[in-house]
Amino acid sequence: MTSVMGAIPSSPDTPAESAVATRGDRPVEPLIFEKSVPGHRGVDLPPLDVPRAPLDESLLGTPVDLSELGQHDVMTHYTHLSTRNFSVDANFYPLGSCTMKHNPRINEWAAALPGFARLHPLQDDAQIQGALRLLYETRCFLQEISGLDEVSLQPAAGAHGEYTALKVIRAYYRHKGQPDRRIVLAPDTAHGTNPASCTMCGAEIVMVKTSDGYTDLDDLRRRIDEHGPESIAAFMITNPNTAGLFDGHVGEAAEIVHEAGAQLYLDGANMNAILGKTRPAEFGADVMHFNTHKTFSTPHGCGGPGAGPVAVAEQLRPFLPRPQVVRRTDGTFGWDHDRPQSIGKVRSFFGQIGVLVRAYAYIRALGCDGLLDVARKAVINANYLAARLRDRYHLPFEGPYAHEFVAVPKFEDSGVHNVDVAKRLLDFGIHPPTMSWPIAHCLMIEPTETESLATLDAFAEAMNTIADEAVHSPERLKEAPHHLPIGRMDEVGANRHLDVRWRPE
Amino acid sequence: MPIPSECRYTETHEWLDLDGDIVTLGITQYAADELTDVTYVEMKPEKSTILPGEPIGEVESVKTTSDIMSPVGGEIVAVNQRAVEEPSLLNSDPFGEGWLIKIRTADPSPLDGLMDHETYDKRFPVAG
Repeated sequence: MTSVMGAIPSSPDTPAESAVATRGDRPVEPLIFEKSVPGHRGVDLPPLDVPRAPLDESLLGTPVDLSELGQHDVMTHYTHLSTRNFSVDANFYPLGSCTMKHNPRINEWAAALPGFARLHPLQDDAQIQGALRLLYETRCFLQEISGLDEVSLQPAAGAHGEYTALKVIRAYYRHKGQPDRRIVLAPDTAHGTNPASCTMCGAEIVMVKTSDGYTDLDDLRRRIDEHGPESIAAFMITNPNTAGLFDGHVGEAAEIVHEAGAQLYLDGANMNAILGKTRPAEFGADVMHFNTHKTFSTPHGCGGPGAGPVAVAEQLRPFLPRPQVVRRTDGTFGWDHDRPQSIGKVRSFFGQIGVLVRAYAYIRALGCDGLLDVARKAVINANYLAARLRDRYHLPFEGPYAHEFVAVPKFEDSGVHNVDVAKRLLDFGIHPPTMSWPIAHCLMIEPTETESLATLDAFAEAMNTIADEAVHSPERLKEAPHHLPIGRMDEVGANRHLDVRWRPE
Repeated sequence: MPIPSECRYTETHEWLDLDGDIVTLGITQYAADELTDVTYVEMKPEKSTILPGEPIGEVESVKTTSDIMSPVGGEIVAVNQRAVEEPSLLNSDPFGEGWLIKIRTADPSPLDGLMDHETYDKRFPVAG
């Protein structure tokens, strides 16, 4: 990391300029279609040793215009492209809202053990006792961390966990004879998946205002009154929230929600900031989902792979997905299918086992003290960076912050926006933070607990260098990135005239 | 064409112009600037009935997607197809060729509670 940073210019007029012409350190990789050479192929077929017979015409389709290349050319092409990958293994990745931290290699070792990696989901339980024990213990760990009564490991992603939990809540109210509880409240800073999951589930989402980044409790009361307490199913809160703040009034929100007879749902996307410090059940949560791939580390991004276990309080237990992994009285592990009120299966077989093995390895490797340390460092790192950026960037929400914070570039009259800062960060070998969310014009920065002080300092220096550039040479930011194989994309043009198909010149 | 000084304005940056029982609605220059280049416009189809305060469509830029709300209810009598085909009109001429929708309303009274031009302009001044 530091060596990458070391190669980066510290001011706008250093060697960076010469790099612009070469667009990075390698020529631009042509498309595989452009590399095609007629007659080249990846395999040599053995000589024909049977009589030639014509193919039935009806079996022949239109020839597909595929690229013709030897095996080695294909290999180098994709290897070149893979080196362009931007990943947590090569670069700092302070992406707010989705924890992109180091994935300890011991997790990969564990997940690759043949006893986990080579199982067949239909194998007899007696042959997979180790894997079942791991799932059972993971379930217990998550119950302890959440403080809630039972966990289902089936959901395969965070949003899938939300959907599952909302189904569980709906089943609960149907069972109670209150099928009209169809409204789910969420603060206006909620993750986009919250309203999406509600809509998928047939619930109606109603937004609650936030003030200074916190849920406006008066507005919460107002919305409940407006729609009638008897129509409210749940209040979905993310805590710490997307503004990077731990909402200390969540207990009061829980009381308001419980008074309406509804459930408090915790979106657990930001659990890394509170691991072991508090348990969602202690601040009133009735149900939550984990994003184990974020909180307990798994290589992820672009939609997977993940796991979104759901934890629930006593009243919701009967409705969890089935089957449930259990320890039987004789000490063996197996599946409990006998759950008549269950919403049923939400995932083929038993969930995303490979991801859960990694979560288990992470939890076991760190232990209680280690997990507490995760929370401590996530919070310290975010607050350290916020302090280092405070003079040059506007921090609209008052700290202290949890695991992330929101910064707004404010460079008077320079015409420089968040997108320009984000694009310029790429030149420094840094993945840009989330942009323009949860508020307009912002950058949402999550350093995570795994970054070294040197990396945090290099990021702060890059951000402050960019702030200087915004004042002295804003055009340099407007044209960034300068050092990547591809420069500033025409995003507006691409959106207005979508064309994703390559055609020969 | 609506005259900005005669329009009413919402907190969520729509302008509304009342002519008889027809309300024309669009987004303000301030909103267009905040969104940056608009790339996509989708409105509810003509003849739909809408309730006051309901979303009537959405506007998308590379930065964000925003619901467009109408404080008045009624029937949608026209959608600006040119703006749908050419979303940049919302940036270049939000009060003119970039209008979004026309609603026939039986009850224009919600307009009374909205901001006038001076108040809106003071609260949300257009930069530059």
